Amino acid sequence: MSVLLSAQDLRLAFGGVKAADGINLDVMEREFLAIIGPNGAGKTTFINMSTGHLRPQGGSITYQGRQVLGMKPRDIVRMGIARSFQLPQLFTEHTVLENAAMAVAAREGTFSPFRPLLRPAFRAEAEALLERFGLTAAAHQRADALNEGTRKLTDIAMAVAMKPRLLLMDEPTSGVAAADKMAVVETLARVLREAGVTAVFVEHDMDVVARIADRVAVWGQGRIAALGPPEQVLSDPMVQRDVIGIQPGGGAHAAA
Amino acid sequence: MSRSRLEILAGLAGALLLVLIAWGVPWLRFVLTIALAKGITVLGILLLLRAGQVSFGHAMYVAIAAYTVAFVAPRMPEVLLLLPLAALASTAVGLVVGLFVMRYREIFFGMLNLALSMVFYSLLEKLYTITHGTDGIRLPVPTFLGQTLTGPTYEWAVFGIALVLAIGFALLVRVYLAAPLGQALAGIKTREARLEFMGVPARYVLLSAYALSALMAGCGGTIIALTSRHVTPALAYWTASGELVFIAILGGAGSVLGAFLGAVVYELTRVYAAANLADAWQLILGTVLLLVILFAPGGLVGMAQGLRRRKSA
Amino acid sequence: MMEWLSDNGLLLGLAVLDGLASAAAIFMVAVGLNLVFGVLRILNVAHGSLYAIGAYTAASLTAAMVAAGLPAWLSYPMLVIAAALVGVILGPLIERVLLKRVETQEPVLQLLVTFALFMILEDVQKLIWGVQPVSNETPMQLLGTVDVPFGADVIPFTAYQLFVLPGIALLTLVGLAWFMRRTLTGRVIVAVTTDREAATSQGIDAAKVTMLTFTFGAALAALGGALASPMTSMVPGIGASTIVLSFAVVATAGLGQIEGAALAAVMIGLGRSIAVYLEPELEVVIPYLIMVLVLLVRPQGLFGVTETRRI
Repeated sequence: MSVLLSAQDLRLAFGGVKAADGINLDVMEREFLAIIGPNGAGKTTFINMSTGHLRPQGGSITYQGRQVLGMKPRDIVRMGIARSFQLPQLFTEHTVLENAAMAVAAREGTFSPFRPLLRPAFRAEAEALLERFGLTAAAHQRADALNEGTRKLTDIAMAVAMKPRLLLMDEPTSGVAAADKMAVVETLARVLREAGVTAVFVEHDMDVVARIADRVAVWGQGRIAALGPPEQVLSDPMVQRDVIGIQPGGGAHAAA
Repeated sequence: MSRSRLEILAGLAGALLLVLIAWGVPWLRFVLTIALAKGITVLGILLLLRAGQVSFGHAMYVAIAAYTVAFVAPRMPEVLLLLPLAALASTAVGLVVGLFVMRYREIFFGMLNLALSMVFYSLLEKLYTITHGTDGIRLPVPTFLGQTLTGPTYEWAVFGIALVLAIGFALLVRVYLAAPLGQALAGIKTREARLEFMGVPARYVLLSAYALSALMAGCGGTIIALTSRHVTPALAYWTASGELVFIAILGGAGSVLGAFLGAVVYELTRVYAAANLADAWQLILGTVLLLVILFAPGGLVGMAQGLRRRKSA
Repeated sequence: MMEWLSDNGLLLGLAVLDGLASAAAIFMVAVGLNLVFGVLRILNVAHGSLYAIGAYTAASLTAAMVAAGLPAWLSYPMLVIAAALVGVILGPLIERVLLKRVETQEPVLQLLVTFALFMILEDVQKLIWGVQPVSNETPMQLLGTVDVPFGADVIPFTAYQLFVLPGIALLTLVGLAWFMRRTLTGRVIVAVTTDREAATSQGIDAAKVTMLTFTFGAALAALGGALASPMTSMVPGIGASTIVLSFAVVATAGLGQIEGAALAAVMIGLGRSIAVYLEPELEVVIPYLIMVLVLLVRPQGLFGVTETRRI
């Protein structure tokens, strides 16, 4: 397997808080890499730096050997890196279908002023996409009228519509009702595997991590505290104590 | 009947009605021509409102075209050349200014447009040797395809051009708003960051709408210059810009028909009321604007739709 | 160069003094605009009208006072009384009746509401005070002129513009900075400005703070107008030119910057008055030229900070 995204010696501090303190991390082609760790550890910051929203104070991020830092978000996505958001970023005056079609149109790069957004080709692709995500029932609802789980899925579907090679997801299951969570995760994993997408996702639910991640990176105080397959990392006593919150010999606290 | 077909039918019926009024009440021909010119300009305001932006200075683009006509007409009085030339002048300035104001949103966008238009107004007023200050410039009688027209024939010719442009731009804006570029305007209002993360440069989406709005204001300004045959700095004053915003909200922001409905209602009211209420005209406009925003956010078109729904219910 | 200076030096000196005086007035308006923006997140387009109404009110009160045969020195308290009246009457009215109703609406509608208010106030002002120029000379005449040494020459300049105006502006600057940093009320306003939700959850009555701040901001605009009233004649349209001018100051300095606004006001005031002496046609262009140049280099203004949006 080859390296798709490579972060080297990343450094970024907000005031006194170190979000990245010499991070080295390689993302391998076609793997699902989960990033776990306490809140405020810098997990989202890593996604923000990789997609051009934030610029680190030092280090480098390369994608297929090309330097990503300093590029604008819109140029990075054109290279094949898409992202979804912790707070879903939807066009709230548009329907779910229109949101998806916007993403399709954006990917096609044909922002023609004359042909309609919902032209047959875009509409068909958007509908197929929504169907894969189980969003067909919500297709004609306005995005500001959705429940959190549906907003989250729409947000991810829009990122997937970009047909990225690498997808960065910020807490894909937060806000999704507990009862639906595993079904959503399974769907998501299947869609991404089918499309051959490499995925990096920040996640707090260890069941989700154990179910779909190929590797887990533990982010603590700006450093990678542990990295490896889930069965190994999640059973590490240090990780259990500091991240998952399992007391030795006791039950689990809800991970923050 | 589908909403879009209904809208097109209503538009055509409205156009026919305007022709009939202009034919039946000759002195209203002038008023309706001006109303069409303002309606065309207001289409541009609607595009910007779609993106959540409001310009308090768009009368500048009306004035740029009107003064272009005034400067060029003595040397080249052909209307069919003056129109594209003046519209082009407005568009060119719109592109340059647009490149600057595109970086800003909301209040900054509105105020920068206002500030630039105030500068332009002052220059028109102060550079007396070029613009004749507040006296303004009178236009010679222009020609159509080399023919010098007079009286009602001239009025009909300008009215006809205004109507054709109005219908053309109304259709264009409808198509534009349904296309990804127009849909992305609403995206700027609701979630600009997402556009960037989808690879769409939001600034250029807005710039395209801004340039189009300058083009339409330029056409509006040309018609106004040809109709009144007298251009003054007042065309660029902030009250003129405010009027455009007023018409957009009155007609119903978001509706192409609303721009023209608002403009016709506005101009007709003004003919009857402004003479008696000149001192309090802005006061009345401001009050109506407040009332529409607070109690009838859909404007005239919204009210008409509400009535129709109530009837069918 | 030297020759030019000896020919035009006096004029230039006069321009500098003029510029500082007008900077003082415009600073008062701009700082009020900033304060209001801080708590309401609305840049009030009608703010310039409050300046105009403050100026006219000061002139009317002074005229009434002179007509009643009261001593001329009373015209100074009248300036402050005029500003307080305008602030206390119009401030809560505008905030409670209009702005509060639209606080949850889209920004563009809030902006349009203040624009509608601006249209209304411009005509209200014309209906009350007419379209003929109105002036308020009493406070200026009372203090006479001072000979300002300038190289070998002296420039006679009115003491009012030399001392009173810049003095009050300076006092406002220092007082405001102290108030915001050292008093409880000031800290509360800052808290609401930085994070309204957090402030509310701490038990702060954000609605009350908002109304008080708006009233205070309105009074500052009116005070700017009242203070400027002795040195200009009031005509319709001063509200419009004041709002764009104070916006230019705020944009040049960066939103929310108090000390920055003072510096930007001086830059713009000086630029404008120097233009009046050198190339009068360009007077109106200079403030915006300064603003546009600054914004081209620093879109967030000279002292503004860019916020990275949380996503």
